[in-house]
Amino acid sequence: MRIVVDLTRCQGYAQCVFLAPKMFQLHGEEGLLYAPAVPDDQAERVRQAAAACPVQAILLGEEVSADGR
Amino acid sequence: MAGDLRDGRIVIVGASLAGLRAAEALREEGFTGSLTVVGDEPYPPYDRPPLSKQVLLGRVAADSTGLPMRRDPEADWRLGVRASGLDPLGKRVVLADGKSLPYDRLLIATGTRARTWPNPEEAALDGVFTLRTRDDAGELAERLAAGPRRVLVIGGGFTGSEIASACRERGLEVTVTERGPAPLVGALGGTLSKLAAAMHRNNGVDLRCGVTVTALRGDASGRFMGADLSDGSRVEADVCVAALGAVRNVEWLADSGLAAGPRGIACDAGCRAFNMYGIVTDDVFVAGDVSRFPHPLFGYQMLSLEHWGNAVAQAEVAAHNMVSPGPLRRPHLAIPTFWSTQFGLNIKSVGVPTFSDHVVIAQGSLEARRLAMVYGYQGRVTAAVTVDMAKSLDYYRHLIETAAPFPPAPGAADRPIAADIPVPSDVPDPKGLSHGPTVALTGYLPDRRLTVVHPTG
Repeated sequence: MRIVVDLTRCQGYAQCVFLAPKMFQLHGEEGLLYAPAVPDDQAERVRQAAAACPVQAILLGEEVSADGR
Repeated sequence: MAGDLRDGRIVIVGASLAGLRAAEALREEGFTGSLTVVGDEPYPPYDRPPLSKQVLLGRVAADSTGLPMRRDPEADWRLGVRASGLDPLGKRVVLADGKSLPYDRLLIATGTRARTWPNPEEAALDGVFTLRTRDDAGELAERLAAGPRRVLVIGGGFTGSEIASACRERGLEVTVTERGPAPLVGALGGTLSKLAAAMHRNNGVDLRCGVTVTALRGDASGRFMGADLSDGSRVEADVCVAALGAVRNVEWLADSGLAAGPRGIACDAGCRAFNMYGIVTDDVFVAGDVSRFPHPLFGYQMLSLEHWGNAVAQAEVAAHNMVSPGPLRRPHLAIPTFWSTQFGLNIKSVGVPTFSDHVVIAQGSLEARRLAMVYGYQGRVTAAVTVDMAKSLDYYRHLIETAAPFPPAPGAADRPIAADIPVPSDVPDPKGLSHGPTVALTGYLPDRRLTVVHPTG
């Protein structure tokens, strides 16, 4: 699973940081750093974080498979 | 008619954020025909903003920023092959491998690339980088991890500042050179550029403004070892990053007859490309960084934006319009928005700060490193920038959308006296800066001169 956070939308409520601290970290007061690749053992926490985001800025899904052609 | 538009052949040239989101949106809109996406990089669509932040900090790998799909666009992905030409009459995209792709409707989302150091021999020195792609970021992160004595960053725009910030956080010595008076001045104007300069220096960056780099020096084995500056001084460094802004990927359209130039491909508010006579096409659409489109809130000037959010929003509008008959088409009227994280500060912007004559600090203060600055043009709010105050941004977006008077009326509880004191916004001519602007107004106002023309190549 991959995630991308729409940081134009993110307002630094940091709910994701509490729910999945290995994946989301605050950088300063409200800047967000996150790991785009989600290991399986973090997937459930990341789903909860996405659901809890007050501005719904976290998008999760699968990556485009590279065998395109 | 609408039935026909949902079928047929659509080709998207550009397999990054705008290309992916457009492909998904086309299926969302009910397109059932064949969809082909061409990308010159060999990788599936990936996210670029983390490359200058998490990746340079060494927290995540450069190859881990692949973008999640909202839905599978069921596309034929042609990755690692460049589009080399367009025949708009025969309706085919010519690929660098000699093949060609016929289309009924085409979306151009070829984006930008990093402007390279102008001297090719010096640019080829080992240790000289640009930062735009996943490969760039991977190689640069590896160099930073090896612990260079000093990193030289040429250009104090957003990318250059984020690189410098990452270097300092890793404990590396870093010098930033900027031809303009301060970092970020081209994007944010005079007042906030002074805060940016203070943040650089407080965090230990050796910041040199008002100078240019005149030459990059290498040793006998072709390894970068330092640079000469226009003030006669010299910087000894092991790594150099040229953060000189972006070049629009339009060269492949040189013979296409489209209105494609250094500022991007001109299109209408519905993302339809103009040809070189200013006649709008009906089967060629444009989205993302490579586009240049009119915006009514900013005097119908043509905007060129290098913004993540714009790529997404414009791709969705383009996709909708590609499968919708004329009266059902939508305009792309999103208010430009972007963010940058550097030196522990979260800088967010809404509107077009360069479209301004005065600013006020409406909340917070420079000393607190926490503020909302509002930009006005001829008595109307046109932009706002927050530093560690992201929750206030939507309020100012509303002021921009409603063309509220400037300076803005009292509203915030923490309103400082400065909110009543408009000062000139001090946006310099972008020609005098090292870093290219991430927002360019490419039209004309009678009282302003803010056009950007860059030589190609």
